[in-house]
Amino acid sequence: MSDRRPTAVRPGQERFVAPLEETPLAAVDAVDEQAPPTSQWADAWRQLRRRPLFIVSSLIILLLVVVSLFPSWFTSVDPRFADLSRSLEGPADGHPLGFTQQGTDVYARLVHGARASVSVGIVATLLVLVVGGTIGALAGFFGGWLDAVLSRLADVFFAIPLLLGGIILMQMLDTRNSLTVALTLSVFGWPQVARIMRGSVLQVKTQEYVTAAKSLGLSRAKTLVRHVVPNALGPVIVVATISLGTFIAAEATLSFLSIGLPPNIVSWGGDISRAQATLRTDPWVLLWPAAGLSLTVLSFLMLGDALRDALDPKGRTR
Amino acid sequence: MSAPTTGGATAPLLQVRDLHVDFSSGGRSVHAVRGADLTVYPGQTVAIVGESGSGKSTTAQAVIGLLPGNGKVVRGEVLFDGKDIAHASKREFVGLRGKHIGLVPQDPMSNLNPVWTIGFQVREALAANGLATGRAAKQRAAELLAEAGLSDADRRLKQYPHEFSGGMRQRALIAIGLASRPRLLIADEPTSALDVTVQRQILDHLDGLTEKLGTAVLLITHDLGLAAERAEHLVVMYKGQVVESGPALQILQDPQHPYTQRLVSAAPSLASRRLESSAPRAQVAEHAHRAHEAAVAGSSVGVEETPDVIEVENLTKVFTLRGAGPRGEKLTAVDDVSFAVRRGTTTAVVGESGSGKSTVAQMVLNLLPATSGTVRFDGVDITTLDRRQQFDFRRRVQPIFQNPYGSLDPSFSIYRTVEEPLRVHGIGDAASREARVRDLLDKVALPAATIRRYPNELSGGQRQRVAIARALALQPEVVVCDEAVSALDVLVQGQILTLLNDLQAELGLTYLFITHDLAVVRQIADDVVVMEKGRLVEAASTERVFAAPEQAYTRALLDAIPGGRIELGR
Amino acid sequence: MAWYVGRRLLQMVPVFFGATLLIYALVFLLPGDPIAALFGDRGVNEATAARLREQYNLDQPFLVQYLLFIKGVLTLDFGQSFTGRPVIDLIADAFPVTVKLALVALAVEAVFGIAFGLLAGLRRGGWFDSTVLFVSLVVIGVPVFVLGFVAQFLFGVKWGIVSPTVGGDPGLTDLLLPGFVLGALSFAYVLRLTRNSVAEGLSADHVRTATAKGLSRPRVVTVHVLRNSLIPVVTFLGADLGALMGGAIVTEGIFNVPGVGNLVYQSVIRGEGPTVVSVVTILVMVYLLANLVVDLLYAVLDPRIRYV
Repeated sequence: MSDRRPTAVRPGQERFVAPLEETPLAAVDAVDEQAPPTSQWADAWRQLRRRPLFIVSSLIILLLVVVSLFPSWFTSVDPRFADLSRSLEGPADGHPLGFTQQGTDVYARLVHGARASVSVGIVATLLVLVVGGTIGALAGFFGGWLDAVLSRLADVFFAIPLLLGGIILMQMLDTRNSLTVALTLSVFGWPQVARIMRGSVLQVKTQEYVTAAKSLGLSRAKTLVRHVVPNALGPVIVVATISLGTFIAAEATLSFLSIGLPPNIVSWGGDISRAQATLRTDPWVLLWPAAGLSLTVLSFLMLGDALRDALDPKGRTR
Repeated sequence: MSAPTTGGATAPLLQVRDLHVDFSSGGRSVHAVRGADLTVYPGQTVAIVGESGSGKSTTAQAVIGLLPGNGKVVRGEVLFDGKDIAHASKREFVGLRGKHIGLVPQDPMSNLNPVWTIGFQVREALAANGLATGRAAKQRAAELLAEAGLSDADRRLKQYPHEFSGGMRQRALIAIGLASRPRLLIADEPTSALDVTVQRQILDHLDGLTEKLGTAVLLITHDLGLAAERAEHLVVMYKGQVVESGPALQILQDPQHPYTQRLVSAAPSLASRRLESSAPRAQVAEHAHRAHEAAVAGSSVGVEETPDVIEVENLTKVFTLRGAGPRGEKLTAVDDVSFAVRRGTTTAVVGESGSGKSTVAQMVLNLLPATSGTVRFDGVDITTLDRRQQFDFRRRVQPIFQNPYGSLDPSFSIYRTVEEPLRVHGIGDAASREARVRDLLDKVALPAATIRRYPNELSGGQRQRVAIARALALQPEVVVCDEAVSALDVLVQGQILTLLNDLQAELGLTYLFITHDLAVVRQIADDVVVMEKGRLVEAASTERVFAAPEQAYTRALLDAIPGGRIELGR
Repeated sequence: MAWYVGRRLLQMVPVFFGATLLIYALVFLLPGDPIAALFGDRGVNEATAARLREQYNLDQPFLVQYLLFIKGVLTLDFGQSFTGRPVIDLIADAFPVTVKLALVALAVEAVFGIAFGLLAGLRRGGWFDSTVLFVSLVVIGVPVFVLGFVAQFLFGVKWGIVSPTVGGDPGLTDLLLPGFVLGALSFAYVLRLTRNSVAEGLSADHVRTATAKGLSRPRVVTVHVLRNSLIPVVTFLGADLGALMGGAIVTEGIFNVPGVGNLVYQSVIRGEGPTVVSVVTILVMVYLLANLVVDLLYAVLDPRIRYV
């Protein structure tokens, strides 16, 4: 090396010092005191606000929630009123989408069907969040035999497909309503949330701030609640949002198989099931509730996708 | 593109003129490189030195046409053998890469494809540049590996990257980079992920090899000492601009630009003595004594004051590797280690990866139970503590960790982060806690405006200051720093070391400083414990270890400090 | 290797017993008398009921019933359905059909999912990527029975390209349309998985190094990006084969495919407890085996995983 060093400086390699005015020196590691403070949640929100996917999906979901809470704002027609003489009639004044085979108003049933879907979806999601989230967090954080037992328990429920388990359980239940459907779906749906939560907790728990909390003398339980769970929640929220869509689709499937919600509850799944018979002649009777259902599920998926970009850096799509 | 014809002996191989590179992200463009100039002659080693964000790697990427998708050369030219390649087509770059310009990347762990054998990846480089295929390629690949210093090359060819150590992988990457005998080799921080002794061997080997082959090297590094030792011409970059360039020794001994002067004076590898502190060192012991008196009040543990605040005796830790067959494999991470830490001083535990130094720290912090042996704090064996005593122990011994991005809870504001220890230990009311937090932030030289911020808004150095403030909140006697400055840029590192040193003098703290970097040891430690593969190799005062190391391993570590032997005119 | 497989098998044992016990309890322990339900409105014939109870061990304590059932399963003796047919015959009729259907679906999702996913991943952020991502969301969002009806209506009824229902003993071509419908959901997942995996792979350090070696773009993409990205995709496909077997209830219903899904659904509706538990037990076994195979496959595809 030193023997490679020529004594004469070659062209282009002369000593050069940039003028200080062109290369001003900043203080080492200065804090920008001007910028407003933002937490990571505020950051995520700022990022979300700009995504069309998020705006569109949350507007649709907002509309859905309003429709399910106040269906009478959107139609004054009784969705259960059947006039067999108008069976399968086309759109008419006050009945923009026509009539079903039973002579009920398609539009009124579309509006009133939202409530069943949304309520089952929300209740089931809350249940799996609480049950799956707790079990996953405990298994991931404490590990050892507790993890072994809880993980095998999750495996047991995971080994039975959601729909298959749902059919069997619903068939055995005496009462069928939104609550029992939601319960049934959450019985077979919690392991997924538990797995995600466990994985997320396992990752967070190796972070140095968790060790720092331990070194402060913070108890294990408090460390879990204060430091681990809040930071492990991102991927779980994403999965829960997507699950909401999945549960709505599953509820509709059960109702479609006439094993979910009973006919006296207006639901899109049930309506699609009844419209099967006339699919070949009057497909629109089937397609309206199908479109409502698909749009609902889709908006939760879109919301989940948008949330993933903001909350779960690992799963980013862009 | 046809092969560039060889120019005259004095014609430059590479000329970068007024290079501007922009990155576009989210509609805004960031000027990563602003008007860089540099010249490399055939067979010459030129180094670009700079901190992270200086644009040094971006400049190199522009030369080999490997800018990330959102990066673009917006102005200037890159002349390779007289031909401008700044805006060369993709096809032209395919012809250039490997064959005329080789690359040795930074991180050997992530730069080899894990699913293909080493042999496949070397042969591929030969085939792509039309040098050899089939049996001949196999033969040549083995020669290349042997040339890069890998023994038993035939067997190595059949192995996968995960079967190699970091140093071996880097040798394989050197073999790949030089496979087609390029005339220019870009070495982008080629050894910064490796242990110092391995780093030295690899760089020596690379030097010898490129000299023999007459390859020009463009060396990208953050380490001024390393650059000065390996290159004849230096280019110092700062915030996308070249602030100074010229012959290596001249720049080091007579830096002209204020930034270069800063770099030279902060470079730990070139520092030759311990940092001075704000209070005279002699007073530290007295402060330490008072700190102990204050801490003992109401404490249930370690009431007696001993000269050695921490005594480690025959400490051993054996890990059982999980899932390693029915019986499990045992790994002795720490093997019969004994040393003591004097009150009010800094003891450094130094070693390379796998030396067990961090495991020692974990056991001293009582975060990990020892397999055998004892750790005594103020004369009390910390494994015998009950819950209450353990809680008191935590108040008096606090850690600072390595990763500035992992050591703060991202969901806690800086205020909550620093306040948490006080809250957990039930100290003061809301108002007095807030006053204390402000006081602590002031101590670590963070502006009061930081208090409402979140960690993601702060730089690595600033986060590390917050971590220091949190550690000091409980007025501990001992602070265990586990590689606390290793992840920081050199100037920031210097700042934090000075801060730690001043705080020690002011508050009478005792530091146990875990590090892989002997240069840092010389700046801050009073005593040194050298570890290798779980065993204690040498323990003595810093002056003695640096002036007259007794063990061969310690000498090897000292020799490996880059630029350690260069005389400075400061 | 043997140790690894052994350990995984050992882990499967409690899951197998847990899942079968769960289903058995759901079918036989919940309120409602399965035998009484058989008679429907006709009134219970006590003598017949008692004979049936004895035949299905329903007069025994619950755990004994379950253990006798498991003993039967392990000796491949699934008993008879309430209508008197051996359950094993029902299974033997239905399984080959479902396997064929699942394979068609698997081929659909593998071919289209990987192809579109690769193209989208290579052009991350472009219009093709955005379109494909959105379409995949729509495919996931449309429930399978809606998709099934639309496909049946368009291809079977309106355009008459294929027969709207399958029935009988179907060949592979008969199962094309149901296979597409069944595979649609997983197609979207495979697409997204491949796309993310490829997009991430493109920015991997070792891919940059491969480019720096002088490799051409097509070679970098196939040898260094796709090869690595396929590891999660192939393992997903393996696990999905297990899931497709049990998830075909709706598709088989719409297209009248005489497979496992149809069998299990009809059995549930008719209260055929013995058939339900037997079929579900087999499905659980298929699922567990598929997962084991996936684990081993993973180790084969990724040299970093060793059987330790």
